Amino acid sequence: MSIHFIIDNSYYLRINMDMLKKLLLATTLLAAPLVAVAEGEVNVYSSRQEQLIKPILDQFTAASGIKVNLVTGKDDALIERLKLEGDNTPADLLLTADAGRLFRTKDLGLSQAIESETLKAAIPENLRDPDNQWFGLTYRARPIFYVKEKIKPEELSTYADLADPKWKGKICVRSSDNIYNQSMLASMIASQGAEATTQWADGLVKNLARPPEGGDRDQLKAAAAGICDLALANTYYYGQMLAGDGAEDKAAAEKVAIFWPDQGEQGRGTHINISGASVTKVAKNKDNAVKLLEYLVSDEAQAWYAEHNQEYPVKTSVPASSLLKTWGDFKADSINLSELGKHNAEAVKIMDTVGWK
Amino acid sequence: MALLTALPILAVFAYVFVPSAEVWQHLAATVLSDYLLNTLYLSLGVGLGVLLLGVPLAWLCSMCEFPGRAWFEWLLLLPLAMPAYIIAYTYTGMLDFAGPVQTSLRDLMGWAYGDYWFPNIRSLGGAILMLALVLFPYVYLLARAAFLEQSICVLEVSRTLGCNQWQSFFRVALPLARPAIMTGLALALMETLADFGTVQYFGVTTFTTGIFRTWYGLGDHAAASQLAALLMSFVFILLLLEQASRRRARYYHSSGKYAQIKRIALTGGQAWAAVLLASLTLLLGFLIPMAQLASWGFANWQTQMDSSFLRLIQHSLGLAIIAACCALILALILGYGKRLNPSPLVSLAARLASIGYAIPGTVIAIGVLIPFAWLDTQLNQWSQTVLGMKLGLLLSGSLFILLFAYNVRFLAVSLQTVEAGLGKIKPTLDNAGRSLGLSPHAVLWKLHMPLMKGSLLTAVLLVFVDVLKELPATLILRPFNFNTLAVRTYELASDERLAEAGLPALMIVATGIIPVILLSRSISGSRAGGKL
Repeated sequence: MSIHFIIDNSYYLRINMDMLKKLLLATTLLAAPLVAVAEGEVNVYSSRQEQLIKPILDQFTAASGIKVNLVTGKDDALIERLKLEGDNTPADLLLTADAGRLFRTKDLGLSQAIESETLKAAIPENLRDPDNQWFGLTYRARPIFYVKEKIKPEELSTYADLADPKWKGKICVRSSDNIYNQSMLASMIASQGAEATTQWADGLVKNLARPPEGGDRDQLKAAAAGICDLALANTYYYGQMLAGDGAEDKAAAEKVAIFWPDQGEQGRGTHINISGASVTKVAKNKDNAVKLLEYLVSDEAQAWYAEHNQEYPVKTSVPASSLLKTWGDFKADSINLSELGKHNAEAVKIMDTVGWK
Repeated sequence: MALLTALPILAVFAYVFVPSAEVWQHLAATVLSDYLLNTLYLSLGVGLGVLLLGVPLAWLCSMCEFPGRAWFEWLLLLPLAMPAYIIAYTYTGMLDFAGPVQTSLRDLMGWAYGDYWFPNIRSLGGAILMLALVLFPYVYLLARAAFLEQSICVLEVSRTLGCNQWQSFFRVALPLARPAIMTGLALALMETLADFGTVQYFGVTTFTTGIFRTWYGLGDHAAASQLAALLMSFVFILLLLEQASRRRARYYHSSGKYAQIKRIALTGGQAWAAVLLASLTLLLGFLIPMAQLASWGFANWQTQMDSSFLRLIQHSLGLAIIAACCALILALILGYGKRLNPSPLVSLAARLASIGYAIPGTVIAIGVLIPFAWLDTQLNQWSQTVLGMKLGLLLSGSLFILLFAYNVRFLAVSLQTVEAGLGKIKPTLDNAGRSLGLSPHAVLWKLHMPLMKGSLLTAVLLVFVDVLKELPATLILRPFNFNTLAVRTYELASDERLAEAGLPALMIVATGIIPVILLSRSISGSRAGGKL
C-alpha cells in the first residue's frame, strides 16, 4: 500500500473506481434476489409494526396469491427513504399510523391519486384525501380519561376546559415530541386559530401534575396510581390494556373511564386520527397495491383490526369490537385530516413556546 | 477511504449553508438553551460516572487481589452487552410510580401519592445513571488492558524510588494508562451524544432529541442538519483537543521486561470495599435488568418463539460479524496509513472518519442514503442507456448500504482500538523491520499484527456488540422482509408492550455476552511475559 494513499488524489480516485466496480459487481450478485420486483408482488413500507400488520398481510397473500414484501420503520424515516430513493424506489405502498405523515407524503409529491369506487364507498370523506392520494384504514380517538373514584363525568365538558385553572396539578399528558399530541394541537389550530390554541396549550401545561414523561399507557397508569385525575390518551391503548394479558395493566385501566369531549350540537367533536396508506407515485406494482388497499377495507380485514388492535373500523357497516361498543358512540371531529399535516410545524412551535416538554 | 466514510457526514454538512434563520430564532428563543445545558450535564455526568467506575475497577481487577477477583474480572464486562435503551426500559418498568417497587412500598406503608419521596428514574439523573452503568465497561476494558500491558518493573522502580502504593498508582500507572483511559472515555461520551433511545424515553431534551424534533416536527431539514453539524463540530473539537493535549508526550513502554504481576493482596475492610464496589456495579448494570428481562421473557415466550424468531437471531449475528470484520480492515488501513505517514491531513481524515460514532444512527442513515440514492440514480440512467434495462436500487436497496452505515457509525471504535494497539509498538521496531528488508505491508503483517493481536480482537468484538445493539440505522436502511432482534425489541417497546419486548431484548444481551467473554479472556491472555 502506498503512503500517498490519501494524499495523491489521482491514485486515490483510481483505486476507488476500481474498488467501486468490484463492489458493484459484488452487490449486484448479493442484492439481486432482494430487490427483484417480479409479478405477483407488492412492496410495502410500513410504520405500523410488523406484529400489528403481518397477520392481515398474510391473509391477503392467501386470498390473492400476491406476495407482500415488508419493511417497517418510523414514519418520517420511511418517507425520507422514499424521497431519496426517488424514481427507483421499490416501494408501492406506504402505511402510516398518522394522517399528518400522509399529508406530508402527498405534499412532497411522493404519492399518486387512486380512483377506486371500492375505497370511496368504504371510507368516509373526511378520513381520506380530497384528491384521493391517501386513504384512512382505521381510526382512533384521543378523548379525556378520568379517575372514576375522584371525578364525576358531569365535571368535564370540552378540551378547552382542561386549560381552566381549576384543574391545576391534575392532568397527565405525554411529551410534545409525540405525533398524537402534535396532531391534536394541529386540529385545534385548524378550527380555532393559532392564538386560541397557544392560550389553551399554555393553560394545559400549567395544569400538568408532572412534567410529561412516558407514553400514553403511562399516563393512564399514572392516573390510576393517583398522580393525576385526568389524562389524555389514545383509545386503543386503553382498549389493549383492558383486553390484554397483563393483570396490572388491566387493574389500572379499570380505575379510569372515557369522557368524550366537545359533544353536542355546538361541539367540534372528539379529536381523531387515522392509520392509513398512500400508493407511491412511481409504484411498479400499482394494481397489486390497489388490490391490497381494497382488501384492507374489506369487511374481513376491518373486523380483524377492530377486534385485535382495538381500533375503530373506517367502514361504517363494520361494527366496532365488543369492548369498544361498551364505551358508547361519540361525535368525532369532522375536519378533513389533511389539516393535521398542514398545521403540524405550527403546532410544534406553539408547544415549544409554552414550554410543553 | 477516510473520505468515503466521511461522505455521509459531509452530506449532512452540505445543508449548513441553507439559510433557516426563522427556525433558528424560534429555537434560540425557546428550547435551544435546554438542549445545550441538558447535553452538557449529561456528558459531564456520564463522563464522571464512567471514570469513577471504570478506572478503580480496572485497577482493582488487574493489580489487586480480593475475593472473587477472577470472576469479577470478566463479569464486569457484561453490562457492555446491554443496550442503553433496554436498561432504561427495565428500570422504568421496575421503579416507575406504577411499577412493582413503588406499588409495594405504598401497599406496605399505606402511603399515597405525595406522601413520600422517591427518585424519579425518568430524569436527567436517571439517564446519566443508565448510560454510565452500561458505558463504563469501555473505560474499564481499555484501562485494564493498559494496566496489564504495563511492565511491572516500571511500577517496582517507582516503589524503590520512594512512592507508596497510592503514589505509584497516581504518578506512574495512571499517567501511563492515560491514552487508553481517554480512548475509553471518548467512546463512552460519543455514545452518550449519539444516544436517542434513552433520553427520549426519559423525556430529557438533548441535542439529539432536538435534531429529530426540528427535522420531523418543524419539518425543517436545514435547521436539523445544522444542529447535527453543530454537534459534530463539538465532538470534532473535543477529539482534536484530546489529541493536542498528549501531543508533547509519547507513551511507549520502553521496558520489555514483564515479570509476573504480584497483586496487592487486599484484606479486611479494603477487600470488602472492593467486593462491594464490584458486585454493586455488576448487580445494577447487569443482573437486575437481566432478571427483569428474564421475567418478562418467561411470561410470554411461547407466543414469540417461532421460526421467525430464529431468523431474527441469524440476521442479527450475520450482520454483526460481517460489519465487525469490515470495520477492522478499514481501521487497519487508516491506522497504519496514519502511522506510515503522520501528516496532519491523514490524521485529520482519520478523525473525520471516526466522528460517526457520536452521530445519532438516524442522521447517519439519512447521510448514507443521500449519496447512495444519487449513485443509484446515475447507475440506472447509465444502465438504461447502455443495457436498456433498469438495475433497481443496487446500493441503497440492499444490505450493502446497511453495512456501510455500520462502518460509518462504528469505525471510531475499531480505529481507536487499533491505534491504541499500534501506539504501544515502538517505531524503532518498524525501522528495524524495514531495514531488514520488509515492505511496509510485511511490517504490518509480520510484526504488528501478531504484537497487537489483543487489540485487533478487541476491535472486532466491540464493533460486533455495537452492531448487535444498533437500532436506528438498521430500522431505516434494511431491505424488505429483513428484521433483527433490535428491530423486534423496538417495535414492541415503542408500542408500549414492554413485557413482550423482553424476549428479543434478552436474546440481544445473551448473544452479546459471548463475544464479551471472549474479549475478557483475550485481554487476560494478552499480557506479555506469560499467562496469568
